[in-house]
Amino acid sequence: MLYKKTLRELLDLIDKREITPKDVYSSVLNRIKQKENKINAYVCVFDEFEENKVKGMLSSLPVAVKDNMHIKGKKTTCSSKILKNYTAIFDATVVEKLKHAGASFIGKTNLDEFAMGSSTETSYFGTTHNPWDLTKIPGGSSGGSAAAVAGGEAVCAIGSDTGGSIRQPASLCGVVGLKPTYGRVSRYGLVAFASSLDQIGPITKNVEDAAILLNIIGGKDSRDSTSSNIEMDDFTKYLNSDISGLKIGVYDKVLPDCSADVQQSMENSIKIFKNLGCEVKSVDLPNAKYAVSDYYIIAPAEASSNLERYDGIKYGFRIDNYENLKDMYIKTRSRGFGEEVKRRIMLGTYVLSSGYYDAYYLKAQKLRGLIKQDFDNVFAGVDVLIAPTTPTEAFGIGEKADNPLQMYLSDIFTIPANLSAVPAISIPNGISKNSLPLGLQIMANTFREDNIFKCASAFEKEFNILDKLPLD
Amino acid sequence: MIVKDDIKKIAELAMIEIKDDDIDKFSMQFNEILDYMKEMDTLDLSNQEAAFHITEMKNVFREDTVHNSLDNDTATLNAPEESEGFFKVPKVI
Repeated sequence: MLYKKTLRELLDLIDKREITPKDVYSSVLNRIKQKENKINAYVCVFDEFEENKVKGMLSSLPVAVKDNMHIKGKKTTCSSKILKNYTAIFDATVVEKLKHAGASFIGKTNLDEFAMGSSTETSYFGTTHNPWDLTKIPGGSSGGSAAAVAGGEAVCAIGSDTGGSIRQPASLCGVVGLKPTYGRVSRYGLVAFASSLDQIGPITKNVEDAAILLNIIGGKDSRDSTSSNIEMDDFTKYLNSDISGLKIGVYDKVLPDCSADVQQSMENSIKIFKNLGCEVKSVDLPNAKYAVSDYYIIAPAEASSNLERYDGIKYGFRIDNYENLKDMYIKTRSRGFGEEVKRRIMLGTYVLSSGYYDAYYLKAQKLRGLIKQDFDNVFAGVDVLIAPTTPTEAFGIGEKADNPLQMYLSDIFTIPANLSAVPAISIPNGISKNSLPLGLQIMANTFREDNIFKCASAFEKEFNILDKLPLD
Repeated sequence: MIVKDDIKKIAELAMIEIKDDDIDKFSMQFNEILDYMKEMDTLDLSNQEAAFHITEMKNVFREDTVHNSLDNDTATLNAPEESEGFFKVPKVI
């Protein structure tokens, strides 16, 4: 039953020599064999335990990595047909750092194709199912990572978050997901979707495990010039803080748009913070309501440029029959990309095209500045900002698959943090009437993950659903 | 309002082919998304600076030192067609 334990608990047992890392690996692998045909959390599972000879703090414990980050010698598919046979030729910086910390790896987790989606339904390798209810989506795009952790198919996982892709699936699967400040974690070796928004972070069973992993993966990297040289901290030292006096802003303007369950869970969390002695007050981000529009201009624009590289020449799928070079490009891309990826490339191409640049792209960049100012104003008065992670519990598989706009709107509360570069975590915030988990989002000013860990850890001690995770 | 011909033009710019049968669905979804984005028209952004860089970092420099990079065999490992360490492209002219 080792697969049920947290990273911290397993590290302690290894320290005491009560178990070996291979025991953990075998337990998780067994669990995968039992559950994977129903959940489909992985694109690829590594069947052989490869002990890490580096004597690091992770003691060869297995980590699951979203399949848009490179582990040298293993496939990186981005859950796309166009990369289904791509073998990574170098390690992503986060993977290198995990290896230096002694980690081993259990597999590559499923995602929406190129991380474009909120449900993991756009994966070329099939939908991932929510382990709480197999008829529901696990969220996305890191749905494989979140479902694996929630269902015991991974001790902990690494995801990436461009508009909520760590926090939204963490929320819908009842686990913890952290999007660090933009620049906190190197993006080198993360296949680019929207480079000004992408950020890598941990998905774990509890807040402490997230702090342990952020300590390992964060820091300046000369291979990502946007990674920050702001010094890394030991985030585990904030875990048992007294948070009385902590100033918490509640973004409550959005609550009327949420389900009754989500509204109730927010009321409950406000009560908990008040009982812990926090100063809780209502705050507003007047321009955040435009975040979905802003994001669906900026992210597709960047994606249309980033995904130009898939041309059937350097790597990836190439169509067999074509008339000439241009025909090869067009046919390769048309057969290699799925529908949502094509839609976003085209949306991005449109907003950048001559005659529309000012009306869309330039306007969106200005709006992004306004949204960032909203956050600056809020954090001048509070230490952290709380909001629901999602407006509702997990929706049904297929429910929004044919309605891209409705799918996009499911990320309305997570997108503002990406646009503003601020760090944000989703932690479990109870269970809905339909027995599905809900999430509480805690945001802080840039590079103030310390405040997030203080607040999240104190809340988790008062209220968590660890014993309710679908681990049986 | 995006019409069929616009979709064809955008697809051509993006080097993507949209099948005739799918164009109507694509235009409808495109229009729905662009209609939603009209909410931005209510904002006065005339005095707002564009936030092309959201972080405060400026001009990140590094020393221009020689270091090892990928060798040809590794770089072409995933190429659909390769010859003697080079990418092989379809005939251009």
